[in-house]
Amino acid sequence: MDEILKTCLYDRHVQLSAKMEPFAGYWMPISYSGIIEEHQAVRNHSGMFDVSHMGEIRITGKDAIPFVEFITTNEINSKPFGKVIYGLFLYDNGTCVDDLLVYKVASDELFLVVNASNVAKDYTWIVEHTEGFEVLVKNESDDWSEVAVQGPETEKIVMEMMQIDLTDLTFYTFKNVIWNGHKLLISRTGYTGEDGFEIYGDAIAIPEVWDLLLSSGKILPCGLGCRDTLRFEASLPLYGHEISDQILPIEAGLGSFVKMEKPDFIGKKALLAQKTAGLVHKLVGIELTERAIPRQGYEVYSGDQMIGHVTTGYLSISTDKCIANALIATKYAIIGDQISVLIRKKMVPGVIRNRQYYKKNYKQ
Amino acid sequence: MSKVVEGLYYAQSHEWLKVEGNIGIIGVSDFAQAQLGSIVFVDLPEVGIQVTKEVEFGAVESVKAASDLLSPISGVVIENNQAVIDDPELINKDAFANWLIKVEIANPSEIDQLLSAADYRSISK
Repeated sequence: MDEILKTCLYDRHVQLSAKMEPFAGYWMPISYSGIIEEHQAVRNHSGMFDVSHMGEIRITGKDAIPFVEFITTNEINSKPFGKVIYGLFLYDNGTCVDDLLVYKVASDELFLVVNASNVAKDYTWIVEHTEGFEVLVKNESDDWSEVAVQGPETEKIVMEMMQIDLTDLTFYTFKNVIWNGHKLLISRTGYTGEDGFEIYGDAIAIPEVWDLLLSSGKILPCGLGCRDTLRFEASLPLYGHEISDQILPIEAGLGSFVKMEKPDFIGKKALLAQKTAGLVHKLVGIELTERAIPRQGYEVYSGDQMIGHVTTGYLSISTDKCIANALIATKYAIIGDQISVLIRKKMVPGVIRNRQYYKKNYKQ
Repeated sequence: MSKVVEGLYYAQSHEWLKVEGNIGIIGVSDFAQAQLGSIVFVDLPEVGIQVTKEVEFGAVESVKAASDLLSPISGVVIENNQAVIDDPELINKDAFANWLIKVEIANPSEIDQLLSAADYRSISK
């Protein structure tokens, strides 16, 4: 086992008495004041996450755009520079290598942000597919630190404290700024279902941003615990749960990020074949009609028939409902149908529902 | 430093047992509630259910995790604590005042196999 790494904010987390756990090779804060309080802060006010563990990969060269069009599912060519684009890397068989954000910097430069736990795998996979393209692939993950500031009051507080104008940043766009002599990349993106920003900088700049924003007294430090409850309620997928190398993106309800009309991309042939043959699984929402918590891996039944399993489930903090995402056999994926979840040897009844558990609160 | 109450019996799996005649009152330790964090749900057996020493009889759950409850003693459930079912965070406030179930003890000799407060203190640091 390799040594567990520390982000540039590690000492601050310890000082704040955060509950720390190893995650994706880093010591990461799970919670500070408590998952529920942190979750509510992001929904109602503002919270800040250390997400320095995320992976950053830069693609440069003449063929940067056609190359990333080829290795990801979404459409990049028609989007303006300064746009952030959500997409997926797929294997030839159509299952997911990872999901990612593509920052469209220039005609010869794209900045990719990938899951921390997948950086090494993604980098290798990208490099393996460069043949025939004039591109350079650079894993810059060690050079970047990152905080995510999220919640309805975030914009006002960040602009006041940092003395920068971010009103021109629309949803899923970014800009580079010089702040206190530091180069920062700021995007109006996030993983909570709320308005907010992700701020990238080096290991000198990000602690300055963190300290300044916390000194407002209006932003709560938030850990990975509530990051998961927030993203789940907003029906945002997490690699290893809703997407994986066993799941097709079109089974996971991510069809709108898979542009089948693109001439070619890795995995397209397999997806076309699967669409023709019919999908085996489908990701659905489940709401239990008795109080119990459906957790990842729990089996889902229609009558006596096991039809799938829970990918993520919680007693939802924002809605107080016992809800879950579940990957089930397609023929059972009918909204309103009765199912049950096996929880500690008990069949707990529930119904199939949509996955819009919480209405996203984005600023367009 | 978590609280350990004298005069109770403790299981390695962090449940406590208070003996009143042939009635056993079962809860989770202060150490267990602190490890788990905010408790949002408890799953307790109905009255009349048979519980068995060292076998799962329910769970206490935080936002992130479910922690199985193992019975420190065998017996039949005669009461479950509705106050805790309605407000699970009571356990975080006082894990000893807020018991989970009461059982009619089937086999009193099982009590001797549990840990004393002093022994439990040494394993729950």
